[in-house]
Amino acid sequence: MASAEGQQHPLGIYLKIWVLLFVLSLFSYMVDYLHVQGSLRWTLVLLFMALKAGFIMAIFMHVKWERMALALTILGPPSVLLLLIFFMAVEGNYTESARVEYFGQDANQEPEHVVHH
Amino acid sequence: MSHNESLSSSSPTAKGVTGFIQDWSADKQTYQVPWGKAMMWIFLVSDTFIFSCFLVGYMTVRITTTEPWPLATEVFALSIFGSDPIPLVLIAIMTFILITSSGTMALAVNYGYRKDKKKTVMLMLATAALGASFVCMQAFEWTKLISEGVRPWGNPWGAPQFGSVFFMVTGFHGLHVTGGVIYLLIIARKVSKGHYDKKGFEIVEITGLYWHFVDLVWVFIFAFFYLL
Repeated sequence: MASAEGQQHPLGIYLKIWVLLFVLSLFSYMVDYLHVQGSLRWTLVLLFMALKAGFIMAIFMHVKWERMALALTILGPPSVLLLLIFFMAVEGNYTESARVEYFGQDANQEPEHVVHH
Repeated sequence: MSHNESLSSSSPTAKGVTGFIQDWSADKQTYQVPWGKAMMWIFLVSDTFIFSCFLVGYMTVRITTTEPWPLATEVFALSIFGSDPIPLVLIAIMTFILITSSGTMALAVNYGYRKDKKKTVMLMLATAALGASFVCMQAFEWTKLISEGVRPWGNPWGAPQFGSVFFMVTGFHGLHVTGGVIYLLIIARKVSKGHYDKKGFEIVEITGLYWHFVDLVWVFIFAFFYLL
């Protein structure tokens, strides 16, 4: 039985994933450093985030090698959160539009630039 | 433990969906892992929901507020040795530190299963040290922002919710890192004293799961709060 000996894998895969995580972190930092804006920024940041999270879970947390019964217990319930995110985004947009329409608030103000001292 | 063994001796060996059905329909223990590991996973799933509540709440206030959201890239810029402020530099360093600590933790788990106690303990201590330095940097970041007037109820640059989200999310995460450092130190000490020589070294993997989870949460905080 595999789990009696626990999760034993060659060292090389951990080192490779480690390097990959560094590279992905560097990429996501470069998105900010190079001032990538708009939908490209969202796409890149979310892509690098998903890849990092995926590799940490699959390799470092061994989910890739777990039996499906455990893997689905881990991944199933949190996936329902996508619905919560969707509902709250819809609700949030409605609230914002109500504030603009009925309270006359301006939703297009520019934030103050930050001066450090 | 004898309980575990009697159950697993006749365990189904099929993989994939067939294995999934066998695991759930057989009249015995569903998860074929040590109970401590199953419990750690259950805890981590519940913790996922706590952090998700924070992040979804953050998304909601950020969408609903009509006041401008402060520019994280400028708020968290820092000048080093009198240079021009470098955007997000401390946060990037913290991210790299946490990734490094995840790597050392993964190696500790590996050496634990190889029964190389000395390397396991050294790598766990390295992980704890990196975690502690992460918390120190977070404390520095908090001090800097508080001195610039960021409060849970307001800040000089825009929507007041920026401060409440920042302190709650990073504070709760920092608390997890602090707890993880203490957990790592306790387990490393027990490993070095030979507590697990007979029981086996699953405990290192269980500790590792917690630590990787803390890194995983940071991946999401880094993306949603600092980058977007």
